Amino acid sequence: MSNEMRKFNGSSGYVAADELMNSVNIAMALQKPLLVKGEPGTGKTMLAEAIAEALDMDLYIWSIKSTTKAQEGLYVYDTVQRLYDSQFGEGDVKDIAQYIKLGKLGEAFTSEKQCILLIDEIDKADLEFPNDLLWELDKMEFYINETKETIKANTRPIVIITSNAEKELPDAFLRRCIFHYIEFPDQEKMEEIIRVHYGDIDRTLVEKAMEAFYDIRNMNEIQKKPSTSELLDWIQALMISGVDFQKIKDEIPFEGVLLKKNEDIDIMHEIKEKGYSLKRW
Amino acid sequence: MFLEFFDLLRLRGVNVTINEWMMLMDALDKGLANSSLTGFYYLCRSVIIKSETEYDKFDQVFAEYFQNVAAVEDLPEEFWKWLSEDVHVRDIYDKSMVDGFLRDLDDLLNMFEERKKEQKERHDEGSYWIGTGGRSVFGHSGYHARGIRTGGTGRHKSAVQVAGERNFSDFRDDTVLDIRSFQMAFRKLRQYSSRVDAEKTELDIDETVDKTSQNAGRLELVFEKPRKNTVKVLLLIDSDGSMLIYSRLCNRLFQALRKSNHFKDLQTYYFHNCIYDDLYTTPKCKQWESVKTESVLRNLSGDYKVIFVGDATMSPLELMRKGGNSIIGLYNREPGIEWLRKFDRKFKKKIWLNPIAEHSWSTVYGRETIREIREIFPMFPLTLSGLERGIKKLLVNK
Repeated sequence: MSNEMRKFNGSSGYVAADELMNSVNIAMALQKPLLVKGEPGTGKTMLAEAIAEALDMDLYIWSIKSTTKAQEGLYVYDTVQRLYDSQFGEGDVKDIAQYIKLGKLGEAFTSEKQCILLIDEIDKADLEFPNDLLWELDKMEFYINETKETIKANTRPIVIITSNAEKELPDAFLRRCIFHYIEFPDQEKMEEIIRVHYGDIDRTLVEKAMEAFYDIRNMNEIQKKPSTSELLDWIQALMISGVDFQKIKDEIPFEGVLLKKNEDIDIMHEIKEKGYSLKRW
Repeated sequence: MFLEFFDLLRLRGVNVTINEWMMLMDALDKGLANSSLTGFYYLCRSVIIKSETEYDKFDQVFAEYFQNVAAVEDLPEEFWKWLSEDVHVRDIYDKSMVDGFLRDLDDLLNMFEERKKEQKERHDEGSYWIGTGGRSVFGHSGYHARGIRTGGTGRHKSAVQVAGERNFSDFRDDTVLDIRSFQMAFRKLRQYSSRVDAEKTELDIDETVDKTSQNAGRLELVFEKPRKNTVKVLLLIDSDGSMLIYSRLCNRLFQALRKSNHFKDLQTYYFHNCIYDDLYTTPKCKQWESVKTESVLRNLSGDYKVIFVGDATMSPLELMRKGGNSIIGLYNREPGIEWLRKFDRKFKKKIWLNPIAEHSWSTVYGRETIREIREIFPMFPLTLSGLERGIKKLLVNK
């Protein structure tokens, strides 16, 4: 830590709770990965973007899928390209280095300036995936077998890892992380978020839309509960269409924006009508 | 530093390791706690706790260590009653968030005890007594920066208050959870066949390309064992009247299982209180929608993993006696317990999930039958942690 400690204080487009900012700063100071967990739509991925913006750093995003292997984040040896080149006499086949393609982790490590590395939805991958990255994230370096070269980070990237809690992450991995759970925003926070996105939007609209939104979220029977991004889309739809604000709560216009499943929409109507729904049992 | 706190955390079942503790010490050296208890609370939590299910446990230990919030709970009943009637809901400015939170807590607690003895009636908006909306150090909705909040809702979140509020109690492992959580648990119920002996039949394209390329173009085919889940599940659900209050819960479990399409097979049957000659294909348990239990036992192989869901409470007669079936007109020649034993003998892996809370299994109505059934099947409470324990049981090779 040679240079002065930089702190994250939120950014113009992102509303972060104090505790979250606190955790970000702790992770940065301790040089540990920050593991962020929370319901879908609580802005886990946005967080990394916001930090990158606030601290003016480059952001490398590694989105994890169920088939992603740890190796892919480090580097890929494009053997097929090399084979083609050898068969068609193109390129310098002897030079293996040109067939080594760095993955996102590799890119982040070789970045000139300090950067931010987002490992998005780490729980999507295989159970062993996080363990395969322990050394690399600890030491911020890895070895390329084919070229006998070690890639080492000049400045440790700030690592943000998000998880939807689809799988338990291994203990050994967890122990090396700073952990933060993002709670679903309460009404106050939500209003702030809406204002960040839509500026001076009509008060009544926000009030009515939020009332309806939290009503729906409180319906236990609904399977896929609407999240922040859905609320924001919905408010936009309401703004553009110019519906009567007083009717929002009763009629729920553009319900499809909030609820993505037909079943959920039916259930919502039933609950609104009768006060309960037996559809699920 | 704070080694007692470390010990207490471990004692209360929070899994802190030395590494994490060193990390915390490092953080304290760097001044990351901002010299305040609140800062320290968040710092500790983010370094030590790695799952929201543990937040509640942490809150409790933190509260226990730093202020004995629990001790405040032995207030006389009336205090709680006054305090719960929140007569002063009001906006409050953030004027009492002060650093240097650490007032001598012992003094504060002693004072609290004294005040408790002195106080005989309800107080609102004072600066001395325990009450709502005032500036006294005790009570809630008040202005004092470093006081003890007794009940009600907190406005100014200082660390110990936050901890005392236990905002995260919903996430505890041992509470009953929704479909998604159940599904997550069921995901663990899998065994890939690559572990068992199987022919290498699947062409591994990536490996083939790699190997071929490494051979400078001479084709080399690589095969691997197919990886498939081999777990087969037999679900048996009690849909008796006494289970009605748990129907919501059981339904979630059932939906979660049905959606977990990674099983090789899932069979579901219903029974009424206990298993006799017939099993039902619908929760209504109607005779025309039934199959012979005998045929189920015969047709399913012994490697099905059996999950019983039921409260296991009934009259001992229903379990132990011939003709104990509580549906009038159905006579069983073998007592229910014999039928259960047949399941026990046939299937290697089986568990019983009980929606009744674990701590009352020995006291609740029907404790005799619970005891009997527990002797045959390992029983777990129908909560997330119970289910996880149960699934572990279904997977271990014993």
